[in-house]
Amino acid sequence: MSKVVEIRWHGRGGQGAKTASLLLADAAFNTGKYIQGFPEYGPERMGAPITAYNRISDEKITVHSNIYEPDYVVVVDETLLNSVDVTAGLKEDGAIIINTAKEPEEIRKKLKGYKGKVCTIDARTISIDCLKRYFPNTPMLAAVVKVSGIMDEEEFIKDMEESFAHKFASKPQVIEGNMQALKRALMEVKGL
Amino acid sequence: MSKVKVERKKVITSETTWKETTPGGIIIDPGNAEDFLTGDWRSMRPVWNQEKCKQCLLCFPVCPDSSIIVDEDGKMLGIDYDHCKGCGVCAEVCPFKSIDYVEEE
Amino acid sequence: MAIRDRLSGNEAVAVAMRQINPDVVAAFPITPSTEVPQYFSSFVADGKVDTEFVPVESEHSAMSACIGAQAAGARTVTATSANGLALMWEMLYIAASLRLPVMLAVVNRALSGPINIHNDHSDSMGARDSGWIQIYGETNQEAYDNLIQAIRIGEHPDVMLPVMSCYDGFITSHAVENIDLIEDDKVKEFVGEYKPQYHLNDRFNPVSMGALDLQNHYFEHKRQQAEAMRNAKKVILEVAEEFYKLTGRKYGLFEEYKMEDAEIAVVVINSTAGTAKYVVDRLREKGVKAGLVKIRVYRPFPVEEIVAALSKCKAVAVMDKADSFNAAGGPLFTDVTSALYGRADGIKVINYIYGLGGRDVKTDDIEAIYNTLLDIVKTGEVKSVYNYIGVRE
Repeated sequence: MSKVVEIRWHGRGGQGAKTASLLLADAAFNTGKYIQGFPEYGPERMGAPITAYNRISDEKITVHSNIYEPDYVVVVDETLLNSVDVTAGLKEDGAIIINTAKEPEEIRKKLKGYKGKVCTIDARTISIDCLKRYFPNTPMLAAVVKVSGIMDEEEFIKDMEESFAHKFASKPQVIEGNMQALKRALMEVKGL
Repeated sequence: MSKVKVERKKVITSETTWKETTPGGIIIDPGNAEDFLTGDWRSMRPVWNQEKCKQCLLCFPVCPDSSIIVDEDGKMLGIDYDHCKGCGVCAEVCPFKSIDYVEEE
Repeated sequence: MAIRDRLSGNEAVAVAMRQINPDVVAAFPITPSTEVPQYFSSFVADGKVDTEFVPVESEHSAMSACIGAQAAGARTVTATSANGLALMWEMLYIAASLRLPVMLAVVNRALSGPINIHNDHSDSMGARDSGWIQIYGETNQEAYDNLIQAIRIGEHPDVMLPVMSCYDGFITSHAVENIDLIEDDKVKEFVGEYKPQYHLNDRFNPVSMGALDLQNHYFEHKRQQAEAMRNAKKVILEVAEEFYKLTGRKYGLFEEYKMEDAEIAVVVINSTAGTAKYVVDRLREKGVKAGLVKIRVYRPFPVEEIVAALSKCKAVAVMDKADSFNAAGGPLFTDVTSALYGRADGIKVINYIYGLGGRDVKTDDIEAIYNTLLDIVKTGEVKSVYNYIGVRE
């Protein structure tokens, strides 16, 4: 693992890519890391492509620019592959993680010759199965942790359980579904 | 004169230096306008005729310069010419024509 | 023990305000500072502070209300950005000349037009001569620490001036990063009670403020105000020392990063300094004697100290995130070069205007600036004094 892990998120306004980046920052923070989580603000509205970023490190982070050569790219909505150059600057020894039901080798065709690792996760199916609704964030978060190895999986699960317990204190019935979604996503990432 | 001279915390004059003056020009001595004599602005002069005065005190509230001198018992004693600017409102308001309004000499 | 947390810059500043527990907050929302009064109003609603929160109808009114409250003896805080700061304009001067230590969090944003919500320093740079102390912060941590210290600086009897605590819009205000918070009771103790020498609610010592002040006295009042700004330098350092004892975090008039033996240096304000530190580290690995000066206190401008910090350099680049449109470089460049004039002549100083309207500043951009400085050292020749970086040529 290089000193600072840089992650770029691509999503659509309203899908929660920004929230996911903040959740990841939170989880990494809770395991003692230095973190940055920030969206690229613009005139975006519901459905417009948006970008969010994470830096995660064992040491203090001072760089405050956007991320141009990420270690990992997360694509929360696979339709973005048609309109956004998601692999721009992505390191070849890194990986791209895409929310899709397709197989990694099939989706690779859309990635303009990116030679690095392509991972997929069917966040839609997992979310509908576990949460009865489409919230891709939770499974995507787990997939990033799995692929990047930025934190210990067990520690991650434990930390998320605590933060869900806090976050959903008023509706504990959703905690179990979310935990299930996380655990399933850790198991079901393809292309590792 | 019934006016009590209040001791000033700080006397600000045209000699006061920047080190001595108050921050931001705050006025810390309430009523210190009294130190600034405006009597020489006057071109017209109110002259009080004690014998015609009925002590109704209508002149007192209308004077913009607080220049109607009134004692502790509420009796008018005269006009403070150090501050009176000679506007003539007192003469105008007096129902008994006890204040003449004349040119300064 | 510090409280380890992760907060955005705006959250951190709102937390600082909660801990300061000011008597009055009057504010009007404007991106990207909106969250500050927004978070703070939730503290008011939840009864976590005793503050009178005044949701006014404009920034002009916000600053007016702050001035009125502060004149009445209340500790007062507000926040704004860009056009909001511009709308406060005449009131900024009045707060400073009435010597009322109002606190203002300025979340730096480009001042229109064309309209733009992103970060540069054109808003607060325009207010640099309004008589306010200006302190700038690189990170959420510094934005938090600076506001807490600002209270003590502005209210000091030798100073009595309003303070702007500035930090970068979005880059700092909306990015979540690690932060060490101070315990509530320690902040309370550090800021203490506001005890103004004069205020309008003191019925035993009644005063008048804002009287007409003409040729006879105005100049003396302004001269005294200028002296307060000079006094501020010492007070800022004293407060920083006390803050260091409380938190272990060191603050000065500016931060010197690897300047001991630096031959080339960049002078810069706010978040870009962090990005530049990364570049300095990379250059140092290659044996380049690069350094960085990050301005914290811009008003008062630390003339002698800046000269001392830069005097051993051969070439210096001053980076301005605002243009002066004077055909002669940005505001920081003007201040740095005039500081050096006659005190450290011979240093080659060049200017870069960068990042206007939120144009991202990459490590490559800063590296290019250092490379230009290296070139100047090697050839002894300055090809261009006034430069722009990151703009399409």
